[in-house]
Amino acid sequence: MTRFFDEWEGFEKGTWVNEINVRSFIRHNLKPYDGDEAFLEKPTQDTIDLWNQVMELSKEEIAKGGVLDMDTKVISTITSHAPGYLNKDKEKIVGFQTDKPFKRSLQPYGGIRMAEKACLDNGYKVDPEISEFFTVHRKTHNAGVFDVYTPEMRACRSSHIITGLPDAYGRGRIIGDYRRVALYGVDRLIEDKLEQKETTRSAMYSEVIREREELAEQIRALKQLKEMAMSYGYDISRPARNTQEAIQWLYFGYLGAVKEQNGAAMSLGRTSTFLDIYSERDLKNGVFTEQQIQEFVDHFIMKLRLVKFARTPEYNALFSGDPQWVTESIGGIAVDGRHMVTKMSYRYLHTLTNLGPAPEPNLTVLWSDKLPMNFKRYCAKTSIETSSVQYENDNLMRFTHGDDYAIACCVSSMRVGKEMQFFGARANLAKCLLYAINGGRDEITGQQVGPEFTPITSEYLDYDEVMKKYDAMMRWLAEVYVNTLNVIHYMHDKYCYEKLQMALHDKRVTRWFATGIAGLSVVADSLSAIKYAKVKVIRDETGLAVDYQVEGDFPKYGNDDDRVDEIACKIVHAFMEHVRKNHTYRNSIPTTSILTITSNVVYGKATGSTPDGRKRGEAFAPGANPMHRRDTKGAVASLASVSKLPFKDAQDGISNTFSIIPGALGKDDRIFTGDIDVDCVGGACSNPTLFEGLDTDE
Amino acid sequence: MTGYIHSVESFGTVDGPGIRMVIFFQGCPMRCKYCHNPDTWAYGKGTQMTADELLEQYDKNKEFYSNGGITVTGGEPLVQIDFLTELLEKAKKRDIHTCIDTSGVTFNPDSVQGMEKLDRLMEFTDLIMLDLKHFDSGEHKELTGHGNENILAFASYLEKKRKPVWIRHVVVPGITDNISHLEKLGGFIGGLSNLKALDVLGYHTLGVNKYKELGIPYPLENVPQASADEVMKAKKVIYDSLIKTRKEKFGK
Repeated sequence: MTRFFDEWEGFEKGTWVNEINVRSFIRHNLKPYDGDEAFLEKPTQDTIDLWNQVMELSKEEIAKGGVLDMDTKVISTITSHAPGYLNKDKEKIVGFQTDKPFKRSLQPYGGIRMAEKACLDNGYKVDPEISEFFTVHRKTHNAGVFDVYTPEMRACRSSHIITGLPDAYGRGRIIGDYRRVALYGVDRLIEDKLEQKETTRSAMYSEVIREREELAEQIRALKQLKEMAMSYGYDISRPARNTQEAIQWLYFGYLGAVKEQNGAAMSLGRTSTFLDIYSERDLKNGVFTEQQIQEFVDHFIMKLRLVKFARTPEYNALFSGDPQWVTESIGGIAVDGRHMVTKMSYRYLHTLTNLGPAPEPNLTVLWSDKLPMNFKRYCAKTSIETSSVQYENDNLMRFTHGDDYAIACCVSSMRVGKEMQFFGARANLAKCLLYAINGGRDEITGQQVGPEFTPITSEYLDYDEVMKKYDAMMRWLAEVYVNTLNVIHYMHDKYCYEKLQMALHDKRVTRWFATGIAGLSVVADSLSAIKYAKVKVIRDETGLAVDYQVEGDFPKYGNDDDRVDEIACKIVHAFMEHVRKNHTYRNSIPTTSILTITSNVVYGKATGSTPDGRKRGEAFAPGANPMHRRDTKGAVASLASVSKLPFKDAQDGISNTFSIIPGALGKDDRIFTGDIDVDCVGGACSNPTLFEGLDTDE
Repeated sequence: MTGYIHSVESFGTVDGPGIRMVIFFQGCPMRCKYCHNPDTWAYGKGTQMTADELLEQYDKNKEFYSNGGITVTGGEPLVQIDFLTELLEKAKKRDIHTCIDTSGVTFNPDSVQGMEKLDRLMEFTDLIMLDLKHFDSGEHKELTGHGNENILAFASYLEKKRKPVWIRHVVVPGITDNISHLEKLGGFIGGLSNLKALDVLGYHTLGVNKYKELGIPYPLENVPQASADEVMKAKKVIYDSLIKTRKEKFGK
């Protein structure tokens, strides 16, 4: 139905008026900004005061061992808690997950035992009535999964050949299109969902029944969202009418999601350029000043930094910290060729200066060589000063996902509101190689976990023999892995459905079935050692290969050497092909990722010695990184090896963690070019640097 | 033809403009006391590589080098001038920006053949980074094993050739930070019309371990690293003197 809301006055019309279509709104109203950062404003006194308050609470939290307060009685829902504030008079953007900041909510739908343990490990105890309710009367996702797991799946889980499975906690990785709340208001969204429900098929087979039930859940969630916002004094049934409201509405959408779900990654989407359209209108009409707008952004980002979940120490070990992955995607290039950098892109990054550096929200720049030079410079400057910006290749992802995708977690790209992902943890391909050598026996426990294939018995490993056996073992692993994930996602949909996040999606959603690979560089180097050097097997008294001796040198992944880089590519392709052979839940499209950014230590711990010379328990390299200290030809060669990996086989993302001392990136924080500045035109004389040359690089 | 190559750094950002592939040539006649690459001194070691092999490596990753190019350093690259000329000639055919980082120690204006070769090499060289180690020849000899007359003559040769040059100078506390030497150095390079940039570096001790591994006693055992402040001070002396000369000579 067509209706032009008063709140839209001044916006250029387009398809977005007639249907829920945020991309169309952006396309018609986008104002790319080519200027520099000179317009940015410092934090206001209120911002400084609030942030000081946060720092105080943070200190208390650390002093208390990492958790300040936990809810043990109230099950978190969108409407479960009364409003919470830091200081109501100073906050321009409001809303916390519970009734006060730093208090972690109780979310048992993923699994009651995990919720109990998260409390217990932090010195709290879940109300016994709640424990009983979720043990006896109401089944959880976790309980559902374990009803169905086969002995083989359990064995793979215990031996850590498959690790990090979201079978006891929220899977996350779904991004609601929170912008819809601001642009359309919740009533219009409910109207749309009601229409979707009316137009399902009428023959009641299981897919249709599930669809109708899910739509009913979604509508209920939207109604609760309105109620929650109303408790803070805002009527979000209508569209937002200015920048402050747009940020507030959008944040309420996100807040509802984190009240409802404790997901492994709860990402925000791609919101800055959307919001810029509001701020441009407000600046033009004199509604707000730049300082006010920056204050709204600062307070919004402050809220995102305070998203907290109840988690166990094991969970934190797996993810190296207590991450929420509130990823926000910034910039990128539109399909029509315009760049999508706006003033709001700058304002988001500027929070790192106004509030100081922070890992959350995970500000991610969708990088392209076509981004405006001023913005590139500002990104570089902010990176140097804060080390808090993530970069991803927009040129690569735009090809698959268009120009309105966002990153979930660290690298998973999806069209906002149109695509979602079933998070798939990782298969340990290094361990799989050891299983191939040992005929399916685990190299640490000696137990038969994989199929009982004939083990390799020769003293020295033969490349062709290993490859043949490895391929068969990967095929087995892919099958049990995909099927385990099928169980998990069926049960998550059934017992822990993300109703609000899915309410902020289209009716027809493309589902990506994510899988993941750990230990790629270990495998590539191991196979290279077997092929180009000699690898002697050391076996224990039961014939189990437990260690390897490498004789001679071999090409190592990370040096731009095709001999080994091709092996890495081949493994990624082969594993993905094996994944594709399997049925995937809900017609989802299988993908894989190579992105163990943080869990590489844990994966390494659970894996025996490998034929590349890595010893039992030693950490893997993160993501698709070369193994530590094995790349000897400098960064370009190292990056070149990684960039050869086939994106079409690892579409869920390839990560490379890259640390470099500033001095190695050029002098005085810049890569220099140009002539000596004798006439001081570049201001070099008043601001002397060791390298005297005029920076003329454009 | 093959050259003796010590190593290749694929991501060079401090040896010339932009991001560069930096090729370390093996072999050097100098024995600078502060040298942090003593493993590049010996002749006839390293890996033998052809120009094509090196350029192939460059080509594979040329996207990274769009604002950069190739820098040859060492060792002393001019010792292998025939191979170097072949490499840079081929590089120029591929439109790659070329830069030589040299001490200038091999320069010999009396050798007709040597000068012919050098003239030819210059045809394929876009930029020279010339390392002036000490302005006083006696001190230079003490520091490096060679006097500096031919090096200063090389600088004048480059000026005649109008070859763009970046001057490098390493500040070693107590050895190369003497004010009168720095002023003279600044005066000299300020007079070079082809001067494009000045790069003043601080002495550091990152090379000490290499000496241990090679079993060579470390010559600057008790010399401290140069602090950023010391380096900045030295640079200011060179720079002021440089500007003064330029004003006098070129009216700038």
